[in-house]
Amino acid sequence: MYEFDIEKPSTVEAAVAALADGDNMALAGGQTLIPTLKQRLAAPEKLVSLSGIDSLKHIGMDSGPDGDFWRIGAGMTHAHVALETEDGNFTTLSRVAGNIGDPAVRNRGTIGGSLANNDPSADYPAVVLGLGGTVVTNRREIQSGDYFQGLFETALEEGEIITEVHLPVPEISNYQKFVQPASRFALVGVFVAKFADGVRVAVTGASEDGVFRWSEAETALSGDFSASAVEDLQMEDGHMIEDLHGTRAYRAHLVKVMTRRAIQAAV
Amino acid sequence: MPADGAIEGGLGASNKRREDVRFLKGTGNYTDDINMRGQAYVYFLRSEVAHGRLKSVDTTEASAMDGVVRIFTGADFEGVGGIPCGWQITDRFGEVMQEPAHPVLAQGKVRHVGDPIAAVVADTLEQARDAAEAIEVDIEELPAVINMKDALADSSNKVHDDLTSNLCYDWGFVEENRDAVDAAIKGAHHVTTLELVNNRLIANPMEPRVAVGDFNSGTGDHTLYTTSQNPHVIRLLMGAFVLGIPEHKLRVVSPDVGGGFGTKIFHYAEEAFCTFAAKACDRPVKWTSTRSEAFVSDAHGRDHVTKIELALDKDGNFLALRTDTHANMGAYLSTFAPSVPTWLHGTLMAGNYKTPLIYVNVKAVFTNTVPVDAYRGAGRPEATFQLERVVDKAAREMGMDPIALRRQNFITEFPYATPVAVEYDTGDYEATMAKLEDIADLAGFEARREDSANRGMLRGLGVNCYIEACGIAPSNLVGQLGARAGLYESATVRVNATGGLVVMTGSHSHGQGHETAFPQVIADMIGINPNMVEIVHGDTAKVPMGMGTYGSRSLAVGGSAMVKATEKIISKAKKIAAHLMEASDADIELANGEFSVAGTDKKVAWGDVTLAAYVPHNYPLEDIEPGLEETAFYDPANFTYPSGAYACEVEVDPDTGKVTIAAFAAADDFGNIVNPMIVDGQVHGGIGQGIGQALLEQASYNSDGQLVSGSYMDYAMPRADDVPFYTVDHSCQTPCTHNPLGVKGCGEAGAIGSPPAVVNAVVDALQRAGHDSITHIDMPLSPSRVWSAMNS
Amino acid sequence: MTKVEMTVNGKAVAADAEGRTLLSHFLREELKLTGTHVGCDTSQCGACVVHVNGEAVKSCTMFAQEAAGADVRTIEGMAESDGSLSVIQQAFQDHHGLQCGFCTPGMVMSTAALLSENAKPTETEVREYLEGNICRCTGYHNIVKAIMAASGQDVSDIAAE
Repeated sequence: MYEFDIEKPSTVEAAVAALADGDNMALAGGQTLIPTLKQRLAAPEKLVSLSGIDSLKHIGMDSGPDGDFWRIGAGMTHAHVALETEDGNFTTLSRVAGNIGDPAVRNRGTIGGSLANNDPSADYPAVVLGLGGTVVTNRREIQSGDYFQGLFETALEEGEIITEVHLPVPEISNYQKFVQPASRFALVGVFVAKFADGVRVAVTGASEDGVFRWSEAETALSGDFSASAVEDLQMEDGHMIEDLHGTRAYRAHLVKVMTRRAIQAAV
Repeated sequence: MPADGAIEGGLGASNKRREDVRFLKGTGNYTDDINMRGQAYVYFLRSEVAHGRLKSVDTTEASAMDGVVRIFTGADFEGVGGIPCGWQITDRFGEVMQEPAHPVLAQGKVRHVGDPIAAVVADTLEQARDAAEAIEVDIEELPAVINMKDALADSSNKVHDDLTSNLCYDWGFVEENRDAVDAAIKGAHHVTTLELVNNRLIANPMEPRVAVGDFNSGTGDHTLYTTSQNPHVIRLLMGAFVLGIPEHKLRVVSPDVGGGFGTKIFHYAEEAFCTFAAKACDRPVKWTSTRSEAFVSDAHGRDHVTKIELALDKDGNFLALRTDTHANMGAYLSTFAPSVPTWLHGTLMAGNYKTPLIYVNVKAVFTNTVPVDAYRGAGRPEATFQLERVVDKAAREMGMDPIALRRQNFITEFPYATPVAVEYDTGDYEATMAKLEDIADLAGFEARREDSANRGMLRGLGVNCYIEACGIAPSNLVGQLGARAGLYESATVRVNATGGLVVMTGSHSHGQGHETAFPQVIADMIGINPNMVEIVHGDTAKVPMGMGTYGSRSLAVGGSAMVKATEKIISKAKKIAAHLMEASDADIELANGEFSVAGTDKKVAWGDVTLAAYVPHNYPLEDIEPGLEETAFYDPANFTYPSGAYACEVEVDPDTGKVTIAAFAAADDFGNIVNPMIVDGQVHGGIGQGIGQALLEQASYNSDGQLVSGSYMDYAMPRADDVPFYTVDHSCQTPCTHNPLGVKGCGEAGAIGSPPAVVNAVVDALQRAGHDSITHIDMPLSPSRVWSAMNS
Repeated sequence: MTKVEMTVNGKAVAADAEGRTLLSHFLREELKLTGTHVGCDTSQCGACVVHVNGEAVKSCTMFAQEAAGADVRTIEGMAESDGSLSVIQQAFQDHHGLQCGFCTPGMVMSTAALLSENAKPTETEVREYLEGNICRCTGYHNIVKAIMAASGQDVSDIAAE
């Protein structure tokens, strides 16, 4: 690693101020950032740790004009999200959070860190996009459809910090992950959520453009929420990732299989 | 409970491992735990391109940076020997192999991603790395030589400009059989042909390699602490061939070592560098490999591409076998690399079968990849995989039961001289197969298959046999075959005055539990508690010249040396006891730690005799010297031949192609067993690695020579949820006839026997599901590959 | 350099750390607690697992400064106060759950975390929990068996003994 200092502010405002210098970077759980720093692929002058900001560590139900939603502080670790949502109206979220990485990673990695990084194989982007959630920052609220902008790209601007994530509670939902055997990230992950006004399907791991919504499936499922509804759909494989672990055609196929399984598990 | 007359915790007892206590409490002493006063750190600047001409390396700016002690480049090693190769192969035309130079730091060219160009020694590791980034390297990139067949077809682009081609050798075995084999195959009723790849693997012991060099300018003594399976071999190779340091001025220490699996046998440039630099800088110099660095600097394993043909008569009797293999050597010849695809591979091609005619052709090829050398099994997994796959395919083609076809061709009489130059002393292949059928409950397979089918899963059964050659090796034989080393083992048994023993062994334990198992052997001979015996290993200053641990040789060769030394101890102790009891030597018996005179009630305790040896007041000084310490060097008369039968049941998910290991059983014949618990553990570990090879692991290069699977993010290591509990059995025992313990070796069996069982099972599952055209899928059988096979 | 204070294995400690100093480095090089091992640089092998405020973390993927003020427990703090092996450690020895010993500290720390969350894990739960701990020696058979035994379950009918 290159040399850098760590500053540990206790408020969001102080963190934003500390990040004002462009060479500084925010440090959440560090589970992706630290391996990157080890490779010397980033050279921050200062890391601004968000771990001391208590206002980022909360989780609870809230309700708004569009119904109930979970309000989750960006600093919540995967383990704590899993624990806090274990019982109640949204156990799918608990299962997703409880299957990110491994137990030790889940004790450090945070929902805000995961979303800010937007790894194309991460699980949370599929959840947030699949629920039509909202990413709240120190400056604004960003709808999920606007937030995710491709591989490791988000709508976040310089000095902008995620403070909360709002996740609407669906009627039923499920997430199916087919893991890449080495990294254990999603080779393909599909999140399916049924709301009163329709169905959303979000896919991670598969596309060269990062997380995306499978609109044909959403249309089909909004009329008939059953595995057979997606049977005749074809996932176009032109934008799929092709690598050591799977061809484009294989990933496109897995999207369909995982979607079907998510529906079956949800109902 | 021990048998009558045997001691508690002796041969055959599952003693708990004494070394575990320090490992479980975090008080082990691994090489990276060693820090010397005043120590500096080295960072190796490694090539990021696979092949290129090194035009200049400018260290001017870097040398002036904070903390930099000195920067070394290839020029600093001109006149210093290169990294030597320990085995010279003679090709089928009688010519010796092409053997390129292997400089400590690159000279003239870089030849693989990871080839070290410069080494920065600095006060801290980060300072060394900072300075390395400031080194200006000018490389003219050349096309990478990656594909072996392309490498041979095009001699205009050579890995080594001073060689005539990229061919290391073209080996034929047994060359005299070549025409007879061709004729037998041509005239056979049926020939089964299979082309396959034995996938390139990375050994990945969990402890990365470490080297700490130290030099005492007062005495001129060098010390190297290193993560090695064989410190004496490192001392010999590095001292004699690289740095010109006489052995009495060079000590090599390998303390606790966190796994080896072959890749810590070899002498590496980093070891020579740290030893050299410690003197040049007059400071201890430490190198700790990162895992990323390990991927491009530890020798890789396997990487064979083979065509195999098996000829059978109409009744299924094997008539002849012919193989054509390309074996990747990588960019340089690692220490034992040339022996792996030849003598450790060709000699095993008979397997468990009485095939009368065999011809093996191996072309070893240089490529712009990390050197390839022995990895758990080394040549024998490659032999077993192709043989057991082709036998399985033949059974399917001829409509025969795969187990019955194997049985029909089993060797049944021993000793058996194979047509590939080795003589199996003992074995009972029918017994291990019958044992396997029992422990794997093969009769119940159909019911389990139906159960899987009800859950939508395709279940398959794969069975195979294996044989291996362990206990390497008779020195005079391997000398004729090109080895540049002897392969005996040594032991010194030092009896202390108060009766405890210290055994200095040339074998090295890096997970095998020698500290627990070896005392069982010696304590059993004397009739004392094993806790009275301490094992010392891994330090050339303490241990007589030994050859180390690999090839499942420690007990068969190292253990035999201990037995020989202990026999000398007992012989001398009996003379002392005879004197003490005023009896004749010939009448002295030793049992349960007591010497007695046959036919009398005269007795003297072990401790009284050992005390007398060192306090020789009442002692036959005119006949024997005081003291009780003996050394033996044991050179084996033959290899040992463990064998067995393995069964794997898989479930294939037809939607995703994912293969799950539903059950795995292994019936092995290791001859006599010293510690069954440790033997079980060795087999478990081998199976785990074999499943890894079959389903998960792949060191993959792209055409530019970049290692695509260069970290655990892409190189799939087996995890706990990738494997099931295994059923293992080693109750079939045909003791080795030529070593004193009757042992055969158990360290590699699991890794040798398991890959074909897995692949056979997947092919079985798919064919049962109607995919008759799928006769083979290359390893690793990843979900993507299996699904693609089902949908092509 | 910043002076970092924390409690390690019940003892207050203080040592200098740069921003980039990893907790694993701090433990090994500054505190000389070399039982915590580093086996990879991508946060996967788990040889470096320690407990920070009661939670298992990969000490190679956490900065020492982030652990300032924390209660840290390492493999050196796992034995009983009289030096004898703890239940988990004893189960690993009894069932041959280690060979080279390099991954072992992380395995023991992860096991302790698992059993504190789940007193009687099933075989599947044990295997899934070990996703972040790689062992190259044992094929996991005896590790899984040792963990189940440590939780007080009868492992005598598990295959192969």
